[in-house]
Amino acid sequence: MQLAKVIGTVVATHKHDGLKGYKMMIIQPLTDSLQPSGKPVVAIDSVQAGANDLVHWVSAREATLVMENSFAPVDAAITGIVDDVYVVGGGIKNKEEIFT
Amino acid sequence: MILARVKGNVVASVKYPCYEGQRLLIVQPIDEKGDDLGDSFLACDTARSAPGDVVLVEREGNTARQLLGKAEDPFHSVIVGRVDRVDVYE
Repeated sequence: MQLAKVIGTVVATHKHDGLKGYKMMIIQPLTDSLQPSGKPVVAIDSVQAGANDLVHWVSAREATLVMENSFAPVDAAITGIVDDVYVVGGGIKNKEEIFT
Repeated sequence: MILARVKGNVVASVKYPCYEGQRLLIVQPIDEKGDDLGDSFLACDTARSAPGDVVLVEREGNTARQLLGKAEDPFHSVIVGRVDRVDVYE
């Protein structure tokens, strides 16, 4: 589960039956400081995300669970549209106590 | 399972229905000395953890689904415990 930005859409007329009726978006995975992290991937959209939206997404086997047919050939799915990302500074609380 | 520190959280109002009521936290993997290791990612919380906590994170969907109590939901990573102490043998 990671953050990403929607950077495009994919249209495919001829595709596996399990993919029919689903919107496919190109997403750029991001770090928590919203910097690109790795290469873009194509993800199934389950939340009606739009262009340039900040989203969270899930990879691997779990991605197909957003679909009606959970054996569809999918390995990435958008699971939410992110409103805010809060990063708290200060590192680890009680670091000396935990890492002796 | 990996060690990580909680770095913050993410708020999303439009989300896949199973994410309703789940806390989605930013976790940064760390090594056995507490130093950052690799890139952060998102995980659901089952341990009432807060920013600054050292936690155990499971990055595997079956575990996540069992802990979050839903067999058919797209969860992949989950915080399974808060760490009190790490001892490393010399």
